[in-house]
Amino acid sequence: MSKAPTEIRIGGFGGQGVILSGIIIGKAFSIYDGKHATLTQAFGPEARGSACSAQVILSAEPVLYPYVAKPDTLVVMSQEAYTKFSPDLKKDGVLLYEEDLVQPDDTIKGIKSYSIPATRFAEELGRKLVLNIVMVGFFSAISNLLSEKAAKKAITASVPKGTEELNLKAFKKGYEYGKKLVARSS
Amino acid sequence: MTNKMITADPKGVLTGSHYLDGDHACCEGALAAGCRFVAGYPITPSTEVVERFSARCPQVGGMFIQMEDEIASSIAIYGGVWAGAKAMTVTSGPGFSLMMEHIGLGVMLETPCVFVNVQRGGPSTGLPTLPGQADMMQARWGSHGDYEIIALSPNSPQEAFDLTIEAFNLSEQYRVPVMMMLDECVGHMTEKVIIPKAEEIKIYPRRFTKAKPGEYLPYKPGPDMVPDLVKVGDGHRFHITGLTHDERGYPVMNHICQDQLVRRLMDKINKNADKITHLEEDGTEGAECVVVSYGITSRIAARAIDMARAEGLKVGHIQCKVVWPFPAKRILELVPKVKSFVMPEMNMGQVVLELERIVKGQAQVSLVPHAGGMVHEPEVILQAIKQSLK
Repeated sequence: MSKAPTEIRIGGFGGQGVILSGIIIGKAFSIYDGKHATLTQAFGPEARGSACSAQVILSAEPVLYPYVAKPDTLVVMSQEAYTKFSPDLKKDGVLLYEEDLVQPDDTIKGIKSYSIPATRFAEELGRKLVLNIVMVGFFSAISNLLSEKAAKKAITASVPKGTEELNLKAFKKGYEYGKKLVARSS
Repeated sequence: MTNKMITADPKGVLTGSHYLDGDHACCEGALAAGCRFVAGYPITPSTEVVERFSARCPQVGGMFIQMEDEIASSIAIYGGVWAGAKAMTVTSGPGFSLMMEHIGLGVMLETPCVFVNVQRGGPSTGLPTLPGQADMMQARWGSHGDYEIIALSPNSPQEAFDLTIEAFNLSEQYRVPVMMMLDECVGHMTEKVIIPKAEEIKIYPRRFTKAKPGEYLPYKPGPDMVPDLVKVGDGHRFHITGLTHDERGYPVMNHICQDQLVRRLMDKINKNADKITHLEEDGTEGAECVVVSYGITSRIAARAIDMARAEGLKVGHIQCKVVWPFPAKRILELVPKVKSFVMPEMNMGQVVLELERIVKGQAQVSLVPHAGGMVHEPEVILQAIKQSLK
């Protein structure tokens, strides 16, 4: 990766596993890929029931300033999170969204956007709950920042015991879908 | 007796690379240091420390009691210590205020323990979920009477782990409550934390007396001005009191005993300040401006210094991992060599007062204040650096 850090915001509503997806991305990058990742999250009243978010900074060097103001990449899993966080996305940033839950408007110019029916994929796997891991897979494929191996290790280490296989399948689904999209658009 | 360092009890050491927030890392540091008793009253943004401790207790053989309030929490840990455990309590601003009387008692009884304060914006209820560094003077002088204290301030989850171990070690070595001053940003920030093997973690063991029962005097100081402890039940006669006391631990109500005791309580910290000091220095040799910082603000300062150096300015950095005692000796060495000191703090100017007192106008001292709720913008610190070099 380039020397400049990559700043990511992940948004959704409480209960979707937004924070866990941030933890998995940060853990993969820092623990298993051996670089640096700082995760912060909103702890205020806004995090209790409405649009919640996790911010991750991925960097080859230790991260000094810990907060994300203008993310390079925005991952959204709810319309409210899209409305709240999309105005902060960098001008040439990347938007990843769950296409059945988010309807982007045309107001943001210059960004690249990629969508995925992650809820449907999760339902096909038997658990709607793994939507967030499908999104992690999708993010890994599009961003090309995490090694596939590191992402898988981070998932195995972070999800509840007994659900590892299901979550790895969810990751694979999102990852393969993302890779196909990238191949098509390049 | 001054003790030799030993290695950590492997039972409390979660060796490996972890992705932890500062609160959890602080808890792991305490466990690695041998802390097995925590009494606390949960309060944002410190709750995760005790949450993790209570979950880890069954694995390490520790005990957590959720007390009725912070006053009770801060006295319960002394009971734990005098019964032989290493102990801490954990809180944030409002709870820290309630603990003040007992911090003084801990100083008077010379009870080794750790007070963790994950600082949030104040005064009063303030900003429960947002950071501040405005309890630094309270940590030093919040209780009544004259005393000196030790306070540390980490800037990352890794330092929260490392410095919590150091806090316990210093508390055991100098027999004083040690203040572990995190802030909400560090407490809730998740980063890589490397926990070494138990045999690589150095622990200062409790200073148990070698005197025979009948010969032991609970407040007779050793050559380093610190008295030795006993284990309850080992057959020693012992008495502790918050009243001014002699070497036997019995109350003596006169100015001579008061003078001896208060001087020793202060001297054991002040005269050992050089040993207690822990600094991280970067580029101070040849610097025209030195930024002095602690806690989360040191990271923002480092960013500002990078920006200043990119513009060709000669700027050094001192991060105080131990804030109290303040590193007066090192600052005095730098005073004739630099044009200015810049001190960013997430308060309206607290530790900078000590810096000004030491510098005595022999170099410029610029405070970069911040009322809390958010870290500084690096540009603001950069501006202060530039202004101080004009």
